[in-house]
Amino acid sequence: MTPDSHAFPTRPYDLVKEFVIALGVMAVLTLILAAVFSSPDDKAITLQSWAKATPNDVVATATAELAGTSTSAGYGAPYNHGSPGQNIGPLSLQRWAGVRIPIDSAKDLVTDPLRSLSGDPTVAAALTTWDAATPEKQQAWAGSYSDALTAAPDGNPAAVAAGDYGPVPALANGELSLALNGGLEGLLAAQSTFYANDSTKPLVLLADGSYLESQARAQSLGGNQWGMMNETGNYPGQPWLWGYTFWYQVKPFSTSGNADALIWGLMAVLSLVLILLPWIPGLRRLPRYLGVHRLIWRRSYTTSPPRRPPSSQ
Amino acid sequence: MASTAIGYCSDVVRFQGLLQALVARPYWMVSVIAAAYYFHWGVVRISLGNVLVIASMLVIFVLALVLPFPTHGNVVDAEEPIAPAAIAVGRSWTVRVRTRLSRVVPPGQALPDRQPVYVASWIYVFGVLSLAGFVVVVATGFVLAIEGATWWHTSSTGHFVNSTHLWSVELFFAVMVMHLWGKFFMAAWRGGRGITWVTGMVAFFGSIGTAFTGYLTQSNFDSQWISTQAKDGLNASGVGAFFNVLNGSQMLMWHITLLPLIVGIVVVMHVIMIRRHGVVPPIDAESPVAAVAFEDAAVEEAATVAPVPFEDAAVEEAATVGVAP
Repeated sequence: MTPDSHAFPTRPYDLVKEFVIALGVMAVLTLILAAVFSSPDDKAITLQSWAKATPNDVVATATAELAGTSTSAGYGAPYNHGSPGQNIGPLSLQRWAGVRIPIDSAKDLVTDPLRSLSGDPTVAAALTTWDAATPEKQQAWAGSYSDALTAAPDGNPAAVAAGDYGPVPALANGELSLALNGGLEGLLAAQSTFYANDSTKPLVLLADGSYLESQARAQSLGGNQWGMMNETGNYPGQPWLWGYTFWYQVKPFSTSGNADALIWGLMAVLSLVLILLPWIPGLRRLPRYLGVHRLIWRRSYTTSPPRRPPSSQ
Repeated sequence: MASTAIGYCSDVVRFQGLLQALVARPYWMVSVIAAAYYFHWGVVRISLGNVLVIASMLVIFVLALVLPFPTHGNVVDAEEPIAPAAIAVGRSWTVRVRTRLSRVVPPGQALPDRQPVYVASWIYVFGVLSLAGFVVVVATGFVLAIEGATWWHTSSTGHFVNSTHLWSVELFFAVMVMHLWGKFFMAAWRGGRGITWVTGMVAFFGSIGTAFTGYLTQSNFDSQWISTQAKDGLNASGVGAFFNVLNGSQMLMWHITLLPLIVGIVVVMHVIMIRRHGVVPPIDAESPVAAVAFEDAAVEEAATVAPVPFEDAAVEEAATVGVAP
């Protein structure tokens, strides 16, 4: 039985002064660190900068959107029904949450923005041809063009072998033009509204490409690089996420298609264990066996030796 | 004058017609909103909606002036102490809440000027440093919010303020984690302090969530990468359908309003729990009341009055004023 803390002898202690000192220490340390080290601010990748840096990637991404083979097209909930999503055993939490942020990759990310290019006859004609085709024909064109781009040296559209690609090359090239002109973000984020506060669609398109990831991996921010803990440059990142990112590095999670769901489930359980520690037999006695408390309370134990440990805490 | 009268009469006619339309059509509320009916009185031009609001306020105000206010209970002179029987404790929510609040922390322990003698290690400072760190994080975030979410990209002052916010967060997490380590090794949940531990852990996880949304609202490359990666874990667990990390405006609102408020409330609860139960005694410590020598009068007095668990004392006090515990 833990004795009542109010029964122990006391000595004067100024809590307010302690807090004020602590506040001063934290404030001064903050100011010093901020002045000496500043903070990282790597500029956001605009769709224009993406298009300028790797135009072939933009064309390939637009083609994949049209073919339904991009990451977002086959993602599943909450964007679409492209896949059943991840599951933890019989629990399909991803699918059960439903499609609440609907994204039609081909329409929302490519053809709808292209419809704003009313002054481009090539794109307009390509859209007419695309709209008139059946879904199977559309997928055949886009799939063929995607394969051809993959086979072309450096994915260069100009080096693609001849084939039946329908309007897809014109549409993909139109997407590239939109991006190069700097208008694609606005069209994606504010398709039916003035205030573009939601960056979901531009980010989904950017993430479907390979440029964003290549830039991240160059700074050790990749998932299998313990990237979750890291920050750009030499800045400290989020070391408190070590427990979460650790699981992504080891089997079976590192090779599982359900890694995200499984690790989230695992971390939820571990967090619950940590929160409910006071009531978990065995674990709650761990501090006694570890003995670090003898260092903390060594002065107290010297003047008042501890009693014999009871059989249960 | 005549034209004004004619205009007014026309308004009345139009209003009568509108009333008929309101009664006749089933979706009258939509009609009222969609019609945007305006009154024209000389230079005054006011909508029907505004007239209704102002008229309602005037009516309610006049009613409040003239309607009698119900009173009950004993009238007591100012000099006389209020006997417990005079308090309608059974019906008074105020008395119930006040009594409940007074029982949360032992008398004199909300801000005591003394601490148990075993509070004698530098390990104990990480708690107050965490609290101070939280204050600095909120304060620097407050300053950062003044000029908006993208200020720091275009202003060197803004960038410095952002840096203070970043480093205050790093310091806050450092001291909070060390505080957690210390409390774990002390098994600080003992002696009925389970809720203290729980509130501390919830504050910790809440802080992680708050920091996460902060990284998402940087509006730079970091935000782009973190959001597009984090979405997979959240979507896989079903949370992402409701908590869209790609939506910068949603994440900003969570970061600057919802999460700091929640974390702040939990931190306050955590501190109240600490003050309620006091600092946890050392593991296997003996209660000094049982083992005291009688040469010290103060100790003798303490030994003759066995310490009553705080909850029992509160129940006893409540019983004397007739309030059910």
